[in-house]
Formats: sequence, C-alpha cells, structure tokens
Amino acid sequence: MLQRINSPSEMVEMRDFCKAAFARQKVRFLVCAGTGCIAGGSMEVYEELKRHIAERGEDVDVELLFEGKDSEAGASISGCHGFCQMGPLVRVEPKSTFYTKVKVKDVPDIITTTLDEDSVVERLLFKNPDGSHAVAEHDVPFYNRQTRIVLAGCGTIDPEDIRNYFAVDGYTALAQIFADHSPEEVIDIVTQSGLRGRGGGGFPAGRKWKAGYDAKATPKYVVCNGDEGDPGAFMDRSVLEGNPQAVLEGMTIAAYSIGARYGVIYVRAEYPLAVVRLQKAIAQAKEFGVLGENIMGTGFDFDIDIFQGAGAFVCGESTALTLSIEGKRGMPRVAPRPRTTEVGLYDKPTLLNNVKTFAYVPDIIRKSADWFKAIGTESSSGTAVFALTGHIKNSGLIEVPMGIKLREIIFDIGGGIPKGGKFKAVQTGGPSGGCLPESLLDTPIDYDSLDEAGSIMGSGGMVIMNERTCMVDVARYFLQFTEEESCGQCVPCRLGTKQLLEILNDICRGRGKKEDLDLLVELSHSVHGGSVCGLGQTAANPVLTTLRYFKAEYEAHIYDKCCPAGVCKELISFVIDEEKCKGCMLCAKNCPVDAISGEKKQVHTIDQSLCIQCGVCFDKCPNKFSAVECVSPKIPVTPKEKMEVS
Amino acid sequence: MEERLQEILAPYKGKSDALIPVLQEVQAELGYLPEEAMMAIAKTTGVPESHVYGVATFYAQFYFTRRGKNQTKVCTGTACHVKGAARVIEAFERELGIDCGCTSEDFEHTLETVACVGSCALAPVVVVNEEVHGQFQSSSIGKVIEDLKE
Ligand SMILES: Cc1cc2nc3c(=O)[nH]c(=O)nc-3n(C[C@H](O)[C@H](O)[C@H](O)COP(=O)(O)O)c2cc1C
Ligand code: SF4
Ligand code: SF4
Ligand code: SF4
Ligand code: FES
Ligand code: FES
Repeated sequence: MLQRINSPSEMVEMRDFCKAAFARQKVRFLVCAGTGCIAGGSMEVYEELKRHIAERGEDVDVELLFEGKDSEAGASISGCHGFCQMGPLVRVEPKSTFYTKVKVKDVPDIITTTLDEDSVVERLLFKNPDGSHAVAEHDVPFYNRQTRIVLAGCGTIDPEDIRNYFAVDGYTALAQIFADHSPEEVIDIVTQSGLRGRGGGGFPAGRKWKAGYDAKATPKYVVCNGDEGDPGAFMDRSVLEGNPQAVLEGMTIAAYSIGARYGVIYVRAEYPLAVVRLQKAIAQAKEFGVLGENIMGTGFDFDIDIFQGAGAFVCGESTALTLSIEGKRGMPRVAPRPRTTEVGLYDKPTLLNNVKTFAYVPDIIRKSADWFKAIGTESSSGTAVFALTGHIKNSGLIEVPMGIKLREIIFDIGGGIPKGGKFKAVQTGGPSGGCLPESLLDTPIDYDSLDEAGSIMGSGGMVIMNERTCMVDVARYFLQFTEEESCGQCVPCRLGTKQLLEILNDICRGRGKKEDLDLLVELSHSVHGGSVCGLGQTAANPVLTTLRYFKAEYEAHIYDKCCPAGVCKELISFVIDEEKCKGCMLCAKNCPVDAISGEKKQVHTIDQSLCIQCGVCFDKCPNKFSAVECVSPKIPVTPKEKMEVS
Repeated sequence: MEERLQEILAPYKGKSDALIPVLQEVQAELGYLPEEAMMAIAKTTGVPESHVYGVATFYAQFYFTRRGKNQTKVCTGTACHVKGAARVIEAFERELGIDCGCTSEDFEHTLETVACVGSCALAPVVVVNEEVHGQFQSSSIGKVIEDLKE
C-alpha cells in the first residue's frame, strides 16, 4: 500500500492505511525535536527512550507497523510544542501525558510507569500555580485557552515522516479539490473564509489569489515567505520545522488555483533545521506523488524549491524577496511598483504568501470556509499565532482566536510577569509595530483594533516588558535595527532613521534637549511619508507609540537625566545599601573591574569612579539581601574619589 | 583550495541567478569569501566581479575576512534585548578580550551579534559554533570558552 498515489480517491485509502498503522502502536513517546528542546538535550532523551524500549524486546522500527505488525511501544520525534522554556518535552500518546524538563536519567522512570504501572511520573508533570499537577498537555494552563489550527500538528506528529501527516488527514484537502473543485471554486472558499495574510499586512488572501488567477502571463509562481525578519519571533520557524507538509500542501493548493508550475520557499538564513526538514518533506511528498509531476495522477505538475536567505531583513518585503531569489541585491522595487501577482519572480505573475497563510489553507478546504469564519471576529477571522516572549512566566508559541484580549494572553495564558515584576508594556509587530501600556490591555487582538491603538498585528512577535525596561531604550533599539537594515535607496528612510537614532542615543546618554521631542515627531512623519517600502513607512512606529504612551519617561531622561527603569548606563549608578549588605562578598568576587571593596561580613562599597555599570553585582547579590540598588540620576563621581584611586 | 573551489563551482557555470547559493556554498566550505574565490565565482557564473561584490556585501551573511575557529553569536533580537543581551555581549567582550564584531589575533574566536535565532522563548540566547545555549547566564561564559578548548 505504501506507494505513489495515482488518483485523488487513493488518498483516502492512504490516510486510513497510515492511521491504522500508527494505531497498531499502543504507546508512543513523542520527543520534541524543535530547536529549543534540542538545545536542552532532547535528542539524547530520544535515543535513551529508544534504547530502553528495544531492551524490553520491542522493535522500535516504525516500518513494522506498516507491515501490519503490532507494537507495545515506540518513540518518535515531533516539532516544537511552543513551550520551549519547559523543554525538553516528551508527550506520551494515547493519553497526551505531558512531561517537562526531561533528562536522560528520567527515562527509566518514564518507561516503567507508563508501560508497567499505567501511571505517571509526577515530578516531571507541569506544576500549576496552585501546586497541583497537569497530566495531559491540554490541561496545562498555557495550552487550555488556545485554539490550535496551524500549530495543531506541531508537537503531535513526526515532521520527518509524511505518513504521519497522511494519518491526520494530510493531503486529503488537495485530493478533495482535485476531485470536486475548479480553481475558481477554491479561490471562492479562501475568499469566503475571510483568511487574511499572516505576514503582517493582513491583506485578504482570497483577493490576492484571484489576482494571481487573473494574471495572464506564464509561467506563474507560488512563493512562500519564510524570511521571518521580526527579531524576536519564531512562529514561521516552528511551522516549517514542526509541520512542513502542511505548508507544502497549502502551496500546492494555491498553485492549482492560480495555475502555477513552480514554487519557492524562502527560508531565513538562521534556520538551518527548517531547511533540513523541508528538504526531507519535499523528497517524501514527491515519492508519494503529492508533489512534482503528475500529482495524484491528475496530470497537474508543481515543483517546490528551497531558497535560503542571506541575512537581510528587507528581503522579507515581497519585491525585494523575489529579486533576492533571482540572485540580486534585495532592494524593494521603487517605481513603477507593479503588483507581485502581475510582475513578480522573473517578472512573472507570482503569488506570495506567508508560511502561516499557506498552512491554514488545507484545514479551511477540509472543514469549510464557514468553520474558519466562525472563529475570531467579523473582520479578522480565524486564529492568530504569537511568539509570547520577554518578561513573561510562560514564554512560547501560542495560537488564539482573533478577538481575544491582550490581558487574557498575558495573564491567563502567559501567567503574568515573573519574579513579582510589574507589567509595563507589550510590543507587537516588531520593528514596524508599537508598545502598548497597561491601560490598553483590554484591546482585542485583531488587525483593526491594534492599528487603532497605534501598534500593528504584525506577523506574531509579542514581547512583554516589565517595569525594569526603559521605553526610550526600546525605541532606540528598534531604530538601531531599522537604520542598519534600511536598504538605503530612499533618502528619508536612510537618513531619517539615522537621525532618529542619533537623537534617541543622545536622550539615552543624558544629552537630550528640550526640542528633541518635537523633532522626533516631525522626523517620524517625514520618514513615513518619503519611503517606498514598509520598512521605512513604519520605522518610526516604535518611536511614536512610546512617545504617545510613555512620554514622561522621555521627559525624565531629558530634563532630570534620569532613567526611571534603570537601564540607560550613562544615567545610572549602582550602590550598596549599608543596612542590607551582609558582606557575603559575592558581588566583589564577580565585579569584572574590581570596583567593590569590603571585608567578609562587613559592609561593601562600590567605587563609582571604577564602576562600569555592568549590573553584575545587582544580579549576584542574593535575593534575600537585595543590597545592591540601581539609582538614577547618576551619582556624580567626586574628584576626591578619583584621587584616591590614582 | 583551488581544486575544491572548482569542484563547488562546476555545476554553476553560466548560472547568474544562482549567485547567492554559490556564495553560500563557497563560504560554507572556506569559512569566508577571499578575493580569489570572489574572482572565481565571477568567472564561473558570468556575473561581473563588481556585481558579485555588490550582491555579497548587501547581505549580512557573507564575510570577506578570515574568521575565528570558534564563532560566538549573541542574539540581540527583541526578546533577548529585553532580557539583557547587551550585558551578555559586554561580558563576552571582557572574557575574550575582543570587541563585538571582531576576531581575535590568534584566530581562535570571532564574536558577533545575530538578530534572533528563533529560540526567543529561551532568551537570552547565545549560539556557539551552531550550538544554541538558552537562558544564558554570563557567569557560565568561562565554562563555555573552556569547553571549546577540548
Ligand atoms: C521590510 C519588510 C519586511 C517584511 N518581512 C516579512 C517576513 O519576514 N515575512 C512575511 O511573511 N512577510 C514579510 N513582509 C510582508 C511581505 O511584504 C508580504 O506582504 C507578505 O509576505 C505577504 O504574505 P501574506 O499576504 O500571506 O501576509 C515584510 C514587509 C516589509 C516591508
Ligand atoms: S523605505 Fe527604506 S528599506 Fe524600503 S526601499 Fe526605501 S530605503 Fe529601502
Ligand atoms: S555594576 Fe558592575 S562594575 Fe559596577 S560595581 Fe557592580 S559589578 Fe562592578
Ligand atoms: S552581594 Fe550583596 S550582601 Fe553580598 S557583599 Fe555584595 S552587596 Fe553585600
Ligand atoms: S522546541 Fe520543544 S517546545 Fe519548542
Ligand atoms: S530574540 Fe533572541 S532568539 Fe529570538
């Protein structure tokens, strides 16, 4: 039965066959093989699991299942579950038992409790804030408010085995459209679903597909944007690594709809594992006849190549991306700026969508446009995927229905701010987005509401910041990023971002002037107005939103030379509180410039003329003492102190 | 080097649109793109040398000088930034005795930044020779460098 699929109807047989095969394995240990868990040692855990299962006399070779043999237990890898912080993760099927921070030495216990005692290893379960344990993955608070569609396969299937994708209905959407739908009908379904592009702009996918369909020239191309430039987000990476076949199926459905012969997936340079997984996925898809020539015996041909980016943020922009594939410098087209659906890759009609946009499509086809439309809000249907990071207890990848409030994401799913910290701001949309304060936490997540608040939905970065984050520094950070990444062809973008950055640098260094605030606004508007691509047009957003919601912090920097968050080095000093210091010497031992003196069990002091504000002493001083304080404005260094040193 | 270079370049004869993959492959082999390699690439692909440089310098991935045996990349993506990436960089600078973006004189170490490696939930992140170190603490730098000596 494991052979090329020669007609759409064979696809259903294949699914049932694969489903039955996997069902013959009574217990399955799924070890997370996402980048985060691998870094934590998950592959060693995987090998150990296999070794133990083999020692029990079980054959761990999955192929046997497909030969009709039964198996008591087996192990396989999965993609990222999104909760990398708790990794390495192991999920045990069929009960979805969810083990966190698993080490090689935990393997024997996992094996015996599961296979001999039909019980669980309590110490490896997720511990709820109230002290109880969550047994199954969906019982963990981080997961139980999520609605997983694009992420459904991530963490539950083996991304390196297409048969596992088949077993969960993979490629039945493609078979279904071959059997029942004309290209126009597919485009209608996508349009009716209300699916909007997940690359940041939120352009209606159906409308773009229709334009691709209407374009006359040939050959046509389908391009998947996996450049994921937002520095602090990893949604696309996880989808490409965790469920690559869904992206391939989505692209193939798109190709059928617009009549494309070739496809390209543009993968960010820093994602080597995604490339490996995609290569395997493409090879397997071709072997089974769901990609390549004569797909499912229908006579339809579609091939997909992988292109690895070379490290330029601006290449995420559609026209720059296609030029980059052509081997050129990735500069957005200036004028005329034709639509990519008309003049794209090699000047041919090109349908370009984000990774997630494509990955939603198979489910929409299978479950109907209405199903998708029923999730989310009127103007933004479906779910949103976010990389929830920064100062947040449960950091990771989440998928939530559109319309959910920021507050629910941060406090219910994310578990709030760790270590007793206080929420200060949430940043969405990366370098093109903005920072929203506490007062806007009831803003619903959808394209329009976030726009209105001054931020954007973006492609899914969501960084939570606590009270020890300086908002002027955050604005400076993003401007430094855009200034570096500007391709330089529009003067307002090239010089404007530079000027904005210089002003922000000055403010952070205590050299800010009264007129700077107006100047920032003025410059922001001219950068916005004079730039041809989204990079320049939105570069000032981080400045404008921080100015709008955190103006007092700018003023403190300028007028009082004070950084209230204690971040900007030129404006802060570290001091030791005499009352609290117990003389444990930890700070002094770790100070890189030997600026701290004091005897054991005696109060320590910092020599301000030597201190370089590295913050090591602040971090090192034991929590129970918390004797090191960060003060701002800076303590002036007295000439006397200087003399003593020399 | 000459031989190996010819081997890599052979399939790309006259293929000007494959410039970026060629540059990537050559760099993967040689560690950086020396002048001879750039000339050879221009000759093989038929792309003028100035254009090869124009494209290569546009992308952050390409290097034109010899790099250290060990490469440390400190992530400066947003998640890592708010979790103190700047301090991690300074700590590495002190420990290695080189500025970020530089290679040590004995070509043992190169220290640089990277804008997100996609492991943001583990911020701050440092990548040492392709190996991802999550929830990085500056106090472990000594050990990381020590391990590289083995
Ligand atoms: C500077 C810049 C960077 C961008 N980076 C990305 C990116 O990394 N990934 C992405 O999908 N879209 C990115 N976009 C948006 C793309 O231009 C394009 O709108 C999107 O990929 C279309 O797909 P969608 O309709 O499915 O969202 C970027 C745009 C700009 C202006
Ligand atoms: S706006 Fe900036 S990045 Fe975009 S094309 Fe102009 S100079 Fe290049
Ligand atoms: S901030 Fe750094 S340099 Fe200054 S005293 Fe503390 S450890 Fe030493
Ligand atoms: S670490 Fe804290 S308690 Fe210990 S000597 Fe330093 S300031 Fe005092
Ligand atoms: S890598 Fe394992 S959960 Fe993300
Ligand atoms: S921000 Fe550092 S890994 Fe993404």
